[in-house]
Amino acid sequence: MADRIVMEVARYRPEDTNEVTFQQFEVPCPKDWVVLDGLNYVKDQLDGTLSYRWSCRMGVCGSCGMTVNGEPKLTCATFLSDYGAGPIRIEPLKNFPIVRDLVVEIGDFMRKLVSVKPWIIRDEEKPVAQGEYLQTPAELDEYKQYSMCINCMLCYSACPIYGLEPGFIGPAAIALAQRYNLDSRDHGSEERMDILSHHEGIWGCTFVGECTEVCPKHVDPAGAIQRYKLSASLAWLKSFVAPRGAEQEEEEEAQEEETKEAAS
Amino acid sequence: MIDPLRPHAVYHDYHPRWLRRRVSTYWWLERWPYVKFILREISSVFVAWFVLYLILLLRAMNRNAVAYQEFLDWSTRPWVLLLNVISAFFIVFHSITWLNLAPKAMVVHAPGGRRVPPTVIALSNYAALVVASVLVAWLLLGG
Repeated sequence: MADRIVMEVARYRPEDTNEVTFQQFEVPCPKDWVVLDGLNYVKDQLDGTLSYRWSCRMGVCGSCGMTVNGEPKLTCATFLSDYGAGPIRIEPLKNFPIVRDLVVEIGDFMRKLVSVKPWIIRDEEKPVAQGEYLQTPAELDEYKQYSMCINCMLCYSACPIYGLEPGFIGPAAIALAQRYNLDSRDHGSEERMDILSHHEGIWGCTFVGECTEVCPKHVDPAGAIQRYKLSASLAWLKSFVAPRGAEQEEEEEAQEEETKEAAS
Repeated sequence: MIDPLRPHAVYHDYHPRWLRRRVSTYWWLERWPYVKFILREISSVFVAWFVLYLILLLRAMNRNAVAYQEFLDWSTRPWVLLLNVISAFFIVFHSITWLNLAPKAMVVHAPGGRRVPPTVIALSNYAALVVASVLVAWLLLGG
């Protein structure tokens, strides 16, 4: 194993240039160093002007997502030694405007996250005196996978649809909506369906599936979107075939849930 | 707004200009999974061709024995054969990728609430395909 590796780092300095250039840095390559360690070495020892985001160094904060040799990766979980003799190319996440060097603009992503109402929506709040909304482990398992998202945006970077149609709500936001839809305490799925059941929502996805492949937390946004499509289609079919029946069924379900809550 | 000391720099009101990169027309050649995705999308054209071919076959059968024989003769032309061989490849590819993706959209709960594992869902889809294929083969070949 080589004891040093060359990193080709993308630079964009808006005050000097209007395009991305690459700058080479040779950094140490101990077995336990990740790409982020290499960037920190560059920043501390070689060029203090390099800009990039990072925080926790342990795959929790989702800040250090970048494109490593063409693949969206968390740089804190990508080992330099996995790239042999190098060189290893570090670029900003694709599909986002670049602010500076490896820093991308995330405002669009943040707005989209909020647009799907990622909080528990209740038809009626019960009084605090009645205690918590209880949940069984099986009910938790229904949505737990989708709640593991760390908003690292690797899925947006891997999604060619988001690159081609920036209006697309995107994988993480839809998976987050699904996280709340599948929560037994939530009643907001219809409200979210209004937001997501249009061309820039779930129907914009053509199931490339790479969002799931690159997800460092195994959230499976592609699966969430396809499940959403299936339930949207079934809801439409139900309302089309038996509009009154569907309404009655919903009412019965709501009543059943109320009875369950009162009993608990 | 132009900074006289830095003529290349373009500033917006509150920040330097962000760089927006255009997605290349050939984005699908950048990574193998994207190529695979495009092949899967293209396979639908060949599925449509097989449907059309089947309709033409049924039409010829419905007319008379001469029309049916003419259709069979037409089917042996090299370009039709080649097209059908390519279509067969794409249809197998389409079926495999489709059946592998089925568990993503289908979440099935067994009685008692336990979730059926994705591999079981995929395998049951393959089993259904095999049963249907055997049934069709039996009908065509001597049922």
